Amino acid sequence: MISVQDLRVKFGPVEAVRGVTFAVGEGSSFGIVGESGSGKSTVLRALSGLNPDWTGRMTIAGTALTPKRSRDFFRRVQMVFQDPYGSLHPRQTVDRALSEPLLVHGMSDIDRRIRQALSEVALPAAARFRYPHQLSGGQRQRVAIARALMSEPEVLLLDEPTSALDVSVQAEVLNLLADLQDRRKLTYVMVSHNLAVIAHLCPMIGVMQAGEMVEMISAEDLRAGRTQHPHTTDLRRLSAELEEA
Amino acid sequence: MLVEIQNLNIMFPSQHGLSHAVRGVSITLGQEKLGIVGESGSGKSISARAILRLLPPAARVTADTLRFDGIDILSATERQMRAIRGRRAGLILQDPKYSLNPIMTAGAQIAEAWRNQTKGSKKAAREAALDLLAQVQIRDPKRVADAYPHELSGGMGQRVMIAMMLAPDPELLIADEPTSALDATVQAEILRLLEDLVSRRGMGLILISHDLPLVSHFCDRVAVMYAGRVVEELGAGELLQAKHPYTRGLLECLPTLSHPKLRLPVMARDPAWLA
Amino acid sequence: MSGVTDRAWLLSDAPASRAQAAWGRRYRLWCDFRANPLAMSGLIIALLLILAAAFAPLLATHDPSTQDLVNRLGTPSPAHWLGTDELGRDVYSRLLYGGRVTLGMVLAVVILVAPLGLAVGCIAGYFGGWADRLLMRATDIFLAFPRLILALAFVAAIKPGVSSAVFAIALTAWPPYARLARAETLTIRNADFIAAVRLTGASPWRIVLRHVAPLCLGSLIVRVTLDMSSIILTAAALGFLGMGAQPPSPEWGAMIASARRFFLEQWWVPLIPGIAIFIASLAFNLLGDGLRDVLDPKQR
Repeated sequence: MISVQDLRVKFGPVEAVRGVTFAVGEGSSFGIVGESGSGKSTVLRALSGLNPDWTGRMTIAGTALTPKRSRDFFRRVQMVFQDPYGSLHPRQTVDRALSEPLLVHGMSDIDRRIRQALSEVALPAAARFRYPHQLSGGQRQRVAIARALMSEPEVLLLDEPTSALDVSVQAEVLNLLADLQDRRKLTYVMVSHNLAVIAHLCPMIGVMQAGEMVEMISAEDLRAGRTQHPHTTDLRRLSAELEEA
Repeated sequence: MLVEIQNLNIMFPSQHGLSHAVRGVSITLGQEKLGIVGESGSGKSISARAILRLLPPAARVTADTLRFDGIDILSATERQMRAIRGRRAGLILQDPKYSLNPIMTAGAQIAEAWRNQTKGSKKAAREAALDLLAQVQIRDPKRVADAYPHELSGGMGQRVMIAMMLAPDPELLIADEPTSALDATVQAEILRLLEDLVSRRGMGLILISHDLPLVSHFCDRVAVMYAGRVVEELGAGELLQAKHPYTRGLLECLPTLSHPKLRLPVMARDPAWLA
Repeated sequence: MSGVTDRAWLLSDAPASRAQAAWGRRYRLWCDFRANPLAMSGLIIALLLILAAAFAPLLATHDPSTQDLVNRLGTPSPAHWLGTDELGRDVYSRLLYGGRVTLGMVLAVVILVAPLGLAVGCIAGYFGGWADRLLMRATDIFLAFPRLILALAFVAAIKPGVSSAVFAIALTAWPPYARLARAETLTIRNADFIAAVRLTGASPWRIVLRHVAPLCLGSLIVRVTLDMSSIILTAAALGFLGMGAQPPSPEWGAMIASARRFFLEQWWVPLIPGIAIFIASLAFNLLGDGLRDVLDPKQR
């Protein structure tokens, strides 16, 4: 479904992403884990079309991607951001935020679609005309997910979707993401710094360090400790240490 | 007893009357490490800041006992509070980007903190600053001392913050989510550093976090807060024997590497917990 | 807002429509504003001034241009509430009609400059690159002109009058709004919610118009209100110099100019229009401050 080959992204003189290669099958999830500065979010932003300054080859559903993306691309590939407080327009109600993708893509039946989206992400109908500051962090993230789903995409790019959420809310959102993937046959590329969260959702994981993908490992192997690169071993050890309560 | 809190209540005026942010919280702390865990809005930060009387003026604080080393905080004068804040008790905040003065070098800030407590020449202050930077395990103290906060990484910034707070040789350290903004590797280093410094100097530590496993790993005791109350208090090693459903919920809803779950158990919030 | 039901509808936790949500939001802002006594006094005074100017024909006791040289420089009396000026014209009536001229000029300037400044600033801020450079250099050029002197030059080139004064003030009044809008746009541009809209494939014009500009409105409104006081002063200054409204038009600045030689003995004649200018200016200042407290995103 998604294929990335030798992706390179430069910010001025600094190369934030140096030759990253991976592939994701349809309906599957690929996790990218790394610390801050590893370039994982940059990879996602280049994939999403937010950042046009990249070199390499990327294809989604067989179509090669160019720096400028078509509207059809934006219908099929959507992104959920990390910060629920910043990803919703502060002056727009939930209803308005959800109708924007529909208006841009010229999709009809706006009212029904919005109601359906709200129920799909388990938001009460009462929340429909609220402003973001009247919603909790978990609710805002659900709105962000609902917004991403409005155009009926095939691919969801998830940039640390639960990092800013409380632990209990995180569990709900992760379950929601799993359910949605099942129901809609979505392909996920998820970025996080939390190994346990990534391993929970993604069967295949890429570990990034300083702009390079230093290891590609399956969630199973990671859990079992069959890591190869020292950085992966480090990350796994830290995560495991905290689990021995 | 370094800190004694009995029946602390903190209320804030809001559009709908008084909002009861902290309800009847009781905590004691000696020369040990206490972790306070809770979600956002649970009142954990406010409870700890009440010890230093660092709440907005609109806050209404009442308590049967609110004492720091025998001094009654509720009736202390502002002068007495100034002698406590920053000198006998320090506060480390979450993001060094916001808690360090952006227009002063790291070394200057630590030196200033040192001079607040000890009268000394500028040279002595500078020496003390460099020494403190070495104590927080910064490999190149001179370079960091002359750097501005925006030139330092998150982990370095936190170390500078810790050095600043340790400069006056306090008895109590309150760390409010000190590692939430840091990567896992750096997080572990910072917490180990705190642990080490606190035990070497015989200080008390209150570690506030939303991360229960993290806190239990680094503290002696853990207090779990929900909606302004302490719902459970246990020793760090006794987490698995937690009794309160909220604590159990917090533990069970975390994804773990060692025990994969197909679906994460979701916490059912019992309204009885709010009572 | 009468009745409990209205208030409950406005403050409802679960609005049933966008209109209800929007009105609820405005009501909450109004409640915040109302809690500020200085702001409310500014609002009330400003409203009274506008109403007085609007209803001048009904409220005036005399025709503002009727001269009565026998009664010139009369003290305030039951016949002439604020006395008469040097040509025997009723000061009170002239004040009311003069308010129309002054406030009318201010309104005209604001209608011209605010949308222009907003558009220039948002476009420059969002698109960046050469559009930004071009627009900002144009802004700098107009910002460099001293307002009064440009107005004088303008008016010397074209004939003096209200429209030339309005135009001259407008030419130098728009740059600060452009800068303000640009600064706000630069802050907003990198926010996640704008990235999210970009990811719908919306055109940049749609993004600027529907998503960026509305967020700049708050600071713009505050700035406009605060500027009103300085526009009033500039209009009065132009009037005073004879470059704005021409006699016999009862513009406040012109009233001061023509009566200033009587300042020592019949002091009320030049002073009263001066007080009117002062009150109008102050009212808008207070109003603007109050609006800033309520609308400023940094404080929200």
